[in-house]
Amino acid sequence: MGEKTDIWQGTLALMILKTLESLGTQHGYGIARRIEQTSGDLLSLNYGTLYPALLKLEQEGAIQSEWGVSENNRKAKFYRLTRAGRKLLSSERRSWEQTTAIVGRFFAPKGESL
Amino acid sequence: MRSIRAFLRRLAGLFSQPRWEREIAAELESHLELHIADNVRSGMSPQEARRVALLKLGGLSVARETYRDRATLPALENLLLDLRFAVRQFARNPAFAVTAILVLSLGICAASAIFAFVDAALIKPLPYKDPARLLAVDESTASFPRNNLSYFDYLDWKRLNTTLASLDVYKGTGYLLKTSGAVEPVNAAAVSAGFFDTLGVAPALGRFFHAGEDLRASPLTVVLTYAFWQKHYGGSRGIIGRPVILSGEQYTIVGVLPAAFQFAPRGDAQLWTALHPSTGCDTRRSCHDLDGIARLKPSVSPAAALTELKAIALRLERQYPDSNRGASASLEPLSNIVVGPLGSILLMLMGGALLLLLIAVVNVVSLLLVRSESRRQEIAVRASLGASRGRIVMQFLTEGIVLIAASLVFGLAGAQVAASLLLRLIPANMLAFVPFLSGIGLNLHVLAFASLISLLSALCFALTPLLLTSARDHHAPMSEGGRWSAGLSWRRLGSKLVVVEFATALVLLIGAGLLAKSLYLLLHVDIGFQSAHLAAVSIAAMDVRYAKDPQQIALARALVSEVSALPGVRGAALTSVLPVTCNCNTDWIRVVGKPFDGRHSDVLERDVSSDYLHAIGATLLEGRYFTDSEDESQPNVVIVNQTFARKYFPGEDPIGRRIGDLKLTPKSLRQIVGVVADLREGSLEEDIWPAEYLPINQDPDSYFYLVVHTSQDERAFLPELSAMLRRKHPDLGISEETSISDQIANSLSAYLHRSSSWLVGGFAALALILSVIGLYGVVAYSVSRRRREIGVRMALGAQAQTVYWMVLREAGWLICFGIVAGVLASIGVSRILRQMLFNVRPWDAPTLVEVSALLAIAALLATFAPARRAALVNPVDALRSE
Repeated sequence: MGEKTDIWQGTLALMILKTLESLGTQHGYGIARRIEQTSGDLLSLNYGTLYPALLKLEQEGAIQSEWGVSENNRKAKFYRLTRAGRKLLSSERRSWEQTTAIVGRFFAPKGESL
Repeated sequence: MRSIRAFLRRLAGLFSQPRWEREIAAELESHLELHIADNVRSGMSPQEARRVALLKLGGLSVARETYRDRATLPALENLLLDLRFAVRQFARNPAFAVTAILVLSLGICAASAIFAFVDAALIKPLPYKDPARLLAVDESTASFPRNNLSYFDYLDWKRLNTTLASLDVYKGTGYLLKTSGAVEPVNAAAVSAGFFDTLGVAPALGRFFHAGEDLRASPLTVVLTYAFWQKHYGGSRGIIGRPVILSGEQYTIVGVLPAAFQFAPRGDAQLWTALHPSTGCDTRRSCHDLDGIARLKPSVSPAAALTELKAIALRLERQYPDSNRGASASLEPLSNIVVGPLGSILLMLMGGALLLLLIAVVNVVSLLLVRSESRRQEIAVRASLGASRGRIVMQFLTEGIVLIAASLVFGLAGAQVAASLLLRLIPANMLAFVPFLSGIGLNLHVLAFASLISLLSALCFALTPLLLTSARDHHAPMSEGGRWSAGLSWRRLGSKLVVVEFATALVLLIGAGLLAKSLYLLLHVDIGFQSAHLAAVSIAAMDVRYAKDPQQIALARALVSEVSALPGVRGAALTSVLPVTCNCNTDWIRVVGKPFDGRHSDVLERDVSSDYLHAIGATLLEGRYFTDSEDESQPNVVIVNQTFARKYFPGEDPIGRRIGDLKLTPKSLRQIVGVVADLREGSLEEDIWPAEYLPINQDPDSYFYLVVHTSQDERAFLPELSAMLRRKHPDLGISEETSISDQIANSLSAYLHRSSSWLVGGFAALALILSVIGLYGVVAYSVSRRRREIGVRMALGAQAQTVYWMVLREAGWLICFGIVAGVLASIGVSRILRQMLFNVRPWDAPTLVEVSALLAIAALLATFAPARRAALVNPVDALRSE
């Protein structure tokens, strides 16, 4: 298996939300780069899948977009979290933590709990 | 919540495509720029930077495509595209779309309109509590499968049965209502006390009858219908307990029926009184004038109830052999009695309308075929550009749905109009007896039915082009040369469709022909008298002044002489029952000097004045008519009809013989003084029964008809007659002023025959037109497809004549197949018609031949034009055109 892992849609949405939470506003390219960096370049993102995911979040009202100018003076569309997006992120985070905790218990060294 | 929001945004995306297309293009553009700039900064050449950026994006068009799938609803988008395409296609070829929609609307309109009637009459439950457990209860004899109950039999059945929760009776009656100055005859019904409880209806005001209120000793009470209450009391709520004078007796108003109340068997009743068994009929077990309704006990089957009632009837027959000989029981669902003969007629019409719809659908299918045939290239192009089979089918389906949707809208609008028109064609006096038809129109049932037939038609439309395209490879017809063989499969299928159309049309035409012939025979049946210039009016002499026989006789004589004195009157006479009404009002007779086995022999009894038979133009075969002086002081006499003479005096001379009642009571004996040729006393389609005519002066009654033979138009005379009667006799109830000819023409059997034959005739005419158009289409298309073949034939020396015959022969075969199939089918189908036919057999050869000839001629006419066009083909042009 390669060292870079593909990610699936639901997780991508969560990553986008988290990224926007920490960055404030960011354009699509920036979000993609940030996700890759955060993963320590372990994730390889197909940038083409990012935009439908952004569109979906926007349709659901979790994020808002606005055209603006990037740090090196290029026109770009900037996204930011809405209040609903923050709520979504915290509930998604809770359920993610719960899921990983449960899965984690299965791989925990204490065998007798099985 | 979030997903609903997203769905709505995607739905909105359908209509803002250009905007978000621009948006995503710009966004991807800026993304690339940012990425390329980054790459260049990290040391790549601009070309390399761009290549890597594009690669990482997964390709610009793929990115755009995945975005688009999320931006809108792809399935819906395809549908909209198809719809837009379909509408554009139809707009480009409006003749096709208009024809198809017109034809389909017609079919849907006819089927839905008739279904509205079927629904109202046969599907909607009766407006009573638990109507499925309501039964119509009657007696049954050899001559009358449904005979009225006698009062005493009713009491015994009610007392002895264990299967019925309740048993009640009703009968039609009438009262004279005193209004300001005049008296007005009012139709009414008399019922036993529990009648409304058995039906399970509640009063709008007051109460219904108490138990025991239908006994002789209890005070007279009446329940008003809502309409009567509104008309005579302005809907006043204070009328409960108020008296009303009916036929000179005082009744107390106890209740008002709800506005929606209906009871079709007595639909004309405006007042409902409690039965008072005081009149002559209710004191004799042999006199039958009641009908019963019953509610089954829970968990008792109708069959069990019938078995029990039959056993009770048998017991009564043993106990009362004179009056109850041969009297059994009859039990039917109440709904059968309510709907009556209308039920089977409606089902027949429904069948006709569905056949018409079938022809319409087949017609449109064949139009679609022609179209899909000429669109083979288009389909092939689409397929080779990567359209999936499902996608192509979907598009055809969408086109079918567009056609059907438009036709459904027009068809339903038409059905609404047609249903109310048909309802308006029902005469008012008959409408009273079909109250369930009121308020007919588009309801949920009709909408569901129309949607169902539309759905089925849409399926037919989608499947046909599929049948054609599936068999073949899509790619072949891209070359024009495919035309040589292209028409072949279509010709096979198209021809089969025409045969189906012809067969169906012929079934309808034959049905219409048979019904029309029945109607003709019915209206021309020998009635045995001269109906022209006969006016009639019903007289109800219910005042106490006419309570005794001599008073009634005096009134009868006075009326005849007064009316005879009017100008333009040739003769005036009285009868107890008008001719051409019903084989009812029967008497049991026994012939003096002949062996008697106790069996009941029903003969019609008509009490007539001395001039009656002469005035209506009956034919005296033997003996003499009565004289006016033959009243109760004279020996009893009787005139019989020919059927009577043949049945009871075969090969003998009846004149001078005597007949009497079952016991030959001396008072009942009458001497036969004359024999008349049979008069049609029953309805037009009923058999002639033996009849006896008694002098009204020897058997007077307070209710009879005055019949007047006029020299001019009797309709013009009627107002004058009733005005004179009202003026001279303000205490008489004068009603039912009618011309005898009109009464016959509008009688129930004539009306039912006329309306069904007109409706089926209409369906058949439409079917004929549609199928001929269908044939024309097939032949014309076939000729146009074969232009090149015809050109080659002619170039090789074929004569125009030969080509002409070739086309005609092809059409001729189709017509022959269609007619043979149609005749066979109609012989099978017309069993259903048998009930509705009068003196015509379902396989009546002249009708079959005439109708087939009509269809063949119409069809041949339709093929002449295309055949001529084929024969005039210029071989050079034809060959060059391809």
